Amino acid sequence: MTTGDGVAVRAERVSRHYRMGAAVIRAVDEVTLEIRAGEFVALLGSSGSGKSTLLNLMAGLDRPTGGAIFANGRNLSGLSSLELARYRSRTVGMVFQSFNLLPRMTLEENVELPLRLAEVDRGERGARVQEALERVRLEKRLTHRPSELSGGEQQRAALARALVNRPTILFADEPTGNLDSATGESIMLLLKEIQQKLGMTIVMVTHERPLAERFADRIAALADGKLLTGGVES
Amino acid sequence: MKAGDLGELALRNLREAVLRNSLTTLGVAVGVASLVAMLSLGVGLQELATRRLSNSGLFDTVIVTARRNMQGMRRPAANPAPAKPERALDDDARSEFARLPNVLEVYPQMRFPTEVRYNGNPYSTIVAGVPDSARGNGSYDGIQGSFFSGPNADEAILQIEFAKDLSEQTSTLIGKELVVRYAERQALAPQNGAGNGSGADAVDGGAGGFSIVPREKKLRIVGIVETEPAAGFGGFGSGRLLIPLEVASALRAAQVNDLREAVRATAGKPAYASLTVRAKSPAQVEAIETAIKSMGFGTFSLLDATRNLRLFFTIFDLLLAIFGSLALAVATLGIINTLVMAILERRREIGILKALGAADRDVKELFFVEAGVMGLFGGVLGVGFGWFIGRALTWGTNIYLHRQNLPSAHVFSVPWWLVLGAIVFAVGVSLAAGLYPATRAARLNPVEALRYE
Repeated sequence: MTTGDGVAVRAERVSRHYRMGAAVIRAVDEVTLEIRAGEFVALLGSSGSGKSTLLNLMAGLDRPTGGAIFANGRNLSGLSSLELARYRSRTVGMVFQSFNLLPRMTLEENVELPLRLAEVDRGERGARVQEALERVRLEKRLTHRPSELSGGEQQRAALARALVNRPTILFADEPTGNLDSATGESIMLLLKEIQQKLGMTIVMVTHERPLAERFADRIAALADGKLLTGGVES
Repeated sequence: MKAGDLGELALRNLREAVLRNSLTTLGVAVGVASLVAMLSLGVGLQELATRRLSNSGLFDTVIVTARRNMQGMRRPAANPAPAKPERALDDDARSEFARLPNVLEVYPQMRFPTEVRYNGNPYSTIVAGVPDSARGNGSYDGIQGSFFSGPNADEAILQIEFAKDLSEQTSTLIGKELVVRYAERQALAPQNGAGNGSGADAVDGGAGGFSIVPREKKLRIVGIVETEPAAGFGGFGSGRLLIPLEVASALRAAQVNDLREAVRATAGKPAYASLTVRAKSPAQVEAIETAIKSMGFGTFSLLDATRNLRLFFTIFDLLLAIFGSLALAVATLGIINTLVMAILERRREIGILKALGAADRDVKELFFVEAGVMGLFGGVLGVGFGWFIGRALTWGTNIYLHRQNLPSAHVFSVPWWLVLGAIVFAVGVSLAAGLYPATRAARLNPVEALRYE
């Protein structure tokens, strides 16, 4: 779902400042960024550049200290805690560098978790889990726990979990950061496939420029909390 | 999140740290067991006291007398209300009382002075008639010997002090015979047409008056009791020689009110000095007393004493509950500790849940349900433990009572309301204990929680 102008997410002069004693840390400083629906955007930058903080702000995990973020036309700053939780549940899918699967749950239970949180009917869940796992080609590993899977499989499982609620925007925070290059490439191919097949908007944080250049439609580069290039589609 | 999912996730989380959560639940169980044991002891003792006192006939009894107009003794009121006509306490009244709801039985108070002859020696004492219903109500549980073999048996039960007057070796008295000398009323014919003159039936307090004739009655001693149950209540003194009520009635012995009744016109019907009305339970005494008063009779009961007894046990139970709750308070700290530890351990998991769309409310409810489940299991286990403690206490107490040659007693009672109340209380306390950890978990910042290793 997008607004009439085809923009999925728009950050307007967004800032996220932290106070540490007397010092003010400007993790994100007046960043303006527009991501169109169906676009694959890579947020590129070195460690501490503010790319993950910006991703968290756009994903509704954190609130900006300045500016505004519009997702599907709605200002996230104006949403209540409950509305923001619903936004994370129904509009957004998230993939993390360290997979963040719950180790005590099987693959099936991990992928089912967002459906429980979104209060999807029990009868519908099985098919949705199956569909998501088929998309990442893990449908035969339903009963396995994360510790029984390889790194690449765990990230594919995390991707299935992010997709199970059929979100419109996928945020991926260094999805290949914990994987070897071959496995990382397979994950990137999968992300690209999802973008193309489902028309999904993907925002990916990475510090690997070659990967970003190869798979993303656009690169937005950040340094010291400021956006250097790629804020708006040229 | 839906309730079913919340429950499933909570149970799963509890299973993951099974040892710690089991120990916490055990702590709750010990607390509840302590509470249940204390309260059950209080309830048991209250029931025991009530049962014993009810059996004694003190608390389920209403003594009925004819209402007397004593206004001559006082200064008259400015506008005195017309006095109600006095009703005779006769057989008609007795039948009316017996028909009242929840009345078990109605019988006359039979007490009269007598001289007992035993081994050729005279002893002055008071004879009291005992209704046959006393046989099964526990009043004579501690009797040495036995209760009367029947309602018309020529048998006697002695009060221990009187028995000691007769013989130093009281146990040797059982089976022996004694002679009771008493004053029998004999009817006189009515004079000057007063009364209806219906012969012998109209003699007892009838308008014709009576004469006194000395008589003797031989009785066999069958038992010895510590005190007469209900001694001093409803009579002019405690009976030291107890005989079946029907035997006492048949003796037609002169009683203290006979002189007064002789000068009163009672339409030739026998009038009683007082009647004892026994209720099915002490709780019904008040209603019966009110009904009898409205018929125009005077009543007396120990209702206030039962109220005071209830007050005493309410305070006693409250104190026991407070002491019992101390262990539960410690268990509450255990729950708080367990859940705070769980938050620290599951910080990252909470972050993941929030990133996947869990609202603050979902996280809070999850911790609440976990606390509630521990409370529920702890409550159920605790009630079980408490029940076992009670059984053990009863067992130990009865061994001690047996060694003291005393009858066994149920000092412990676990009523259904205590079972339900203890479980609900355990869940409530656990939820209260979970309030702080659950709120803290719900407020976790998801970004910070996801960074936690």
